[in-house]
Amino acid sequence: MATQHSRSAARLMMAPAVILLLGWMLVPLTMTVYFSFKKYLPLRGGDLGWVGFDNYVRFVTSSAFWPSVMTTLIIVGGVLAITVILGIGLAILLNQPMWGQGMVRILVIAPFFVMPTVSALVWKNMFMDPNYGLLAHLWEFFGATPVEWLSQASLTSIVIIVSWQWLPFATLILLTAIQSLDSEQLEAAEMDGAPASKRFAFITLPHLGRAITVVILIQTIFLLSIFAEIFVTTGGAFGTKTLTYLIFQRVLESQNVGLGSAGGVYAIILANIVAIFLMRIVGKNLDA
Amino acid sequence: MARNVTNQRKIINTTAAWAVGLLIFFPILWTILTSFKTEAQAIADPPIFLGFDWTIENYKAVLERSNYGRFLWNSIIIAGGSTILGIIIAVPAAWSMAFVPSKRTKDILLWMLSTKMLPAVGVLYPIYLLCIRFGILDSKIALVFILMLINLPIIVWMLYTYFKEIPGEILEAARMDGASLKDEVLYVLTPMAIPGIASTMLLNVILAWNEAFWTLNLTAAKAAPLTAFIASYSSPEGLFYAKLSAASTMAIAPILILGWFSQKQLVSGLTFGAVK
Amino acid sequence: MGQIKLNQVSKSFGDVEVIPPLDLTIEDGEFTVFVGPSGCGKSTLLRLIAGLEDITSGHIEIDGADATNVPPAKRGLAMVFQSYALYPHMSVRKNIAFPMRMAGVPADEQERRIDAAAKALNLTDYLDRRPGQLSGGQRQRVAIGRAIVREPSAFLFDEPLSNLDAALRVGMRMEISELHKKLATTMIYVTHDQVEAMTMADRIVVLRKGFIEQIGSPLELYHKPCNEFVAGFIGSPKMNLIKGTEADKHGVATIGIRPEHLDVSSTDGAWKATVGIAEHLGSDTFLHIHGVEGCDPMTARVDGELPVKHGDTIYLTPQLDKLHKFDAQGLRVD
Repeated sequence: MATQHSRSAARLMMAPAVILLLGWMLVPLTMTVYFSFKKYLPLRGGDLGWVGFDNYVRFVTSSAFWPSVMTTLIIVGGVLAITVILGIGLAILLNQPMWGQGMVRILVIAPFFVMPTVSALVWKNMFMDPNYGLLAHLWEFFGATPVEWLSQASLTSIVIIVSWQWLPFATLILLTAIQSLDSEQLEAAEMDGAPASKRFAFITLPHLGRAITVVILIQTIFLLSIFAEIFVTTGGAFGTKTLTYLIFQRVLESQNVGLGSAGGVYAIILANIVAIFLMRIVGKNLDA
Repeated sequence: MARNVTNQRKIINTTAAWAVGLLIFFPILWTILTSFKTEAQAIADPPIFLGFDWTIENYKAVLERSNYGRFLWNSIIIAGGSTILGIIIAVPAAWSMAFVPSKRTKDILLWMLSTKMLPAVGVLYPIYLLCIRFGILDSKIALVFILMLINLPIIVWMLYTYFKEIPGEILEAARMDGASLKDEVLYVLTPMAIPGIASTMLLNVILAWNEAFWTLNLTAAKAAPLTAFIASYSSPEGLFYAKLSAASTMAIAPILILGWFSQKQLVSGLTFGAVK
Repeated sequence: MGQIKLNQVSKSFGDVEVIPPLDLTIEDGEFTVFVGPSGCGKSTLLRLIAGLEDITSGHIEIDGADATNVPPAKRGLAMVFQSYALYPHMSVRKNIAFPMRMAGVPADEQERRIDAAAKALNLTDYLDRRPGQLSGGQRQRVAIGRAIVREPSAFLFDEPLSNLDAALRVGMRMEISELHKKLATTMIYVTHDQVEAMTMADRIVVLRKGFIEQIGSPLELYHKPCNEFVAGFIGSPKMNLIKGTEADKHGVATIGIRPEHLDVSSTDGAWKATVGIAEHLGSDTFLHIHGVEGCDPMTARVDGELPVKHGDTIYLTPQLDKLHKFDAQGLRVD
């Protein structure tokens, strides 16, 4: 395979993909960085000149910044905790011998294929509506006062909706990882006298370690940029404004592009920190 | 686990798993059921599960009123177009990385994946601006192109993993058997790669279909796909549960079906091969 | 026709020279085996001949014509791969037909050759199956069938039996040998298994780290290994190599004696020793012996009827005419 001729052909065939992605990465990135150093208000005078690091300072000192960071952290952290813990439990449950395993698997995976706007709207109106939602009926059934989910418990609600969307992903990946565990290892541990709880703690869980890390990293990258769920449910009100949503509002709603771009640069840096860890794991796997 | 499990144990497992499975699936099931109710039954107190008068009025209403067909068509063009374009660009790239690897192949692959990590909101305005400059804001072509680019790393990656599984010896055997490069690709590589290409396309249609950042921000009346169509229900119209449910069911049904076919590929595709 | 001549052929991957320049001529009709431990460059050498790798320098001649820059498809060689490399999406018939289809052989001629090959290889009943439905041995035969129908000027085999179990390996070994007798075509066969090399080859090329250590018929290598490496590599169980005072007695650095050339006695002999493990194969017994200076454990091959067990004290005497002597560089001294 490794002849000169095929090598130059290979380079040529790789070129379109590489050039396109390079352009996709560099052009908008350069523009974002460029705008971030400008006072740029498209609807109120346009380009008003260079302002140095003003936008960066203003973005982090604005009253909305720290709440948005907190909101982002709560959503990402909450969803990660719920999906990973429930995901492990579900993966173990689905790995047990049972009837209709394939069918249950399909039921569990389904939410992942529901488009974000649909799941957000269905949850918002049909489950979390304080008058007609199913959850309100459930609360009433037990004699409690229905919760006004999206205004009183807005963050919890968003975490529930997003967790429902991502639980299938975590479960599916952890299930795949569990299935790759050599059953002889567990049998050897059983012969060594380890009870089920110890077998889980010392064999299954370490085996899942890598899959859990991958789930956490990939979900973090997607969760940092959730948009539709907030856009459709609260529109950023009731303390649900994440960093992503804040930048979106700065750029498209208040049309302060310079400020929004500075926020964008922060978001890119944040995502890259997570990405570096993910890349390490993927890279190691490439060597194997 | 080559071990006999008592039936009792199996019954417990089965019950528990089905209970959890149905609980997770319930919101979808409820949406589908509600879509066949009348508006009054949809908000009845207490809620009605099955004992309602089945009707398809809601579907008719949604189809008549909101030009559902155009949104559907836009979704099909955007999801299908970006996937096909992506495949055309990715197949040669993945082929060369899998079969003619060089020292830099790994770095290129990782770099490609890293572009996937770029937060969309960070480049929202530049892309928005570029779309205006080129006069393609609210056009299908812009979304086809953008969704192709954001999914290209995944397409390349998945194809690369599939191609890697085709043993190099088979291609060498073909060469020894007198096949030219064209014969090799046509008679040996392509037939062996088609299942991989098909599942890659499937997963990417799903991802593109559900994409809800660019499709919401770069479209208005003309090019809006189903994600935007549903988002428009977030206005008070959303309180018409039965119609909302019918619209939602129509938006998710095709992809739910496709998705069930692609669950196996999902794992390796979405974890970039880090979990097998 | 199928003479293959390598002229100062070398191969480097980057800065690593895996094959230093070497000369080798493989005569028409000869069954040549490249043998050596893993990483010795034997498979690379085969792939250079096949044209699957570019050679770094030198020339390859096939039937007197320079083939250095001829692509693999045009060299007129057929290859059987370690993994068999069957096309999984084609039936056995289509697999075998593939090289003829590429060469544009007329359909009826294709049929004739497929039938002949299938008959010779016991594949007639399996022609419409897919490779996935066949056993390892059957796949191997399909791979050979695909090579035969091309009527190549030489066959190249890359460790073709290493994926088969022991019993099948012996059977396939004979089938390939019979095929060679019948076709009388040049065959080059790569293996790490010296038993395969000894049983099949007309001529063996022993390789180590890309260098040719020795070329010769199986018995030449057995009787006159030109250095310690070949002495230790050819023959099973391995030759005992003895250093120290015993070697000094013969005035060399190392002496070698094969397990089958040691006389064992319970009463007297040159070396007194203790039996460690005794492996009873029935016809023979392999004794692993401790206590001989300069070689521990030493192996002896004795008659299967000999009553010996773990811990027995025995006396060993080497048959002096079968003794191999090597100097400090490991080269044979006669």
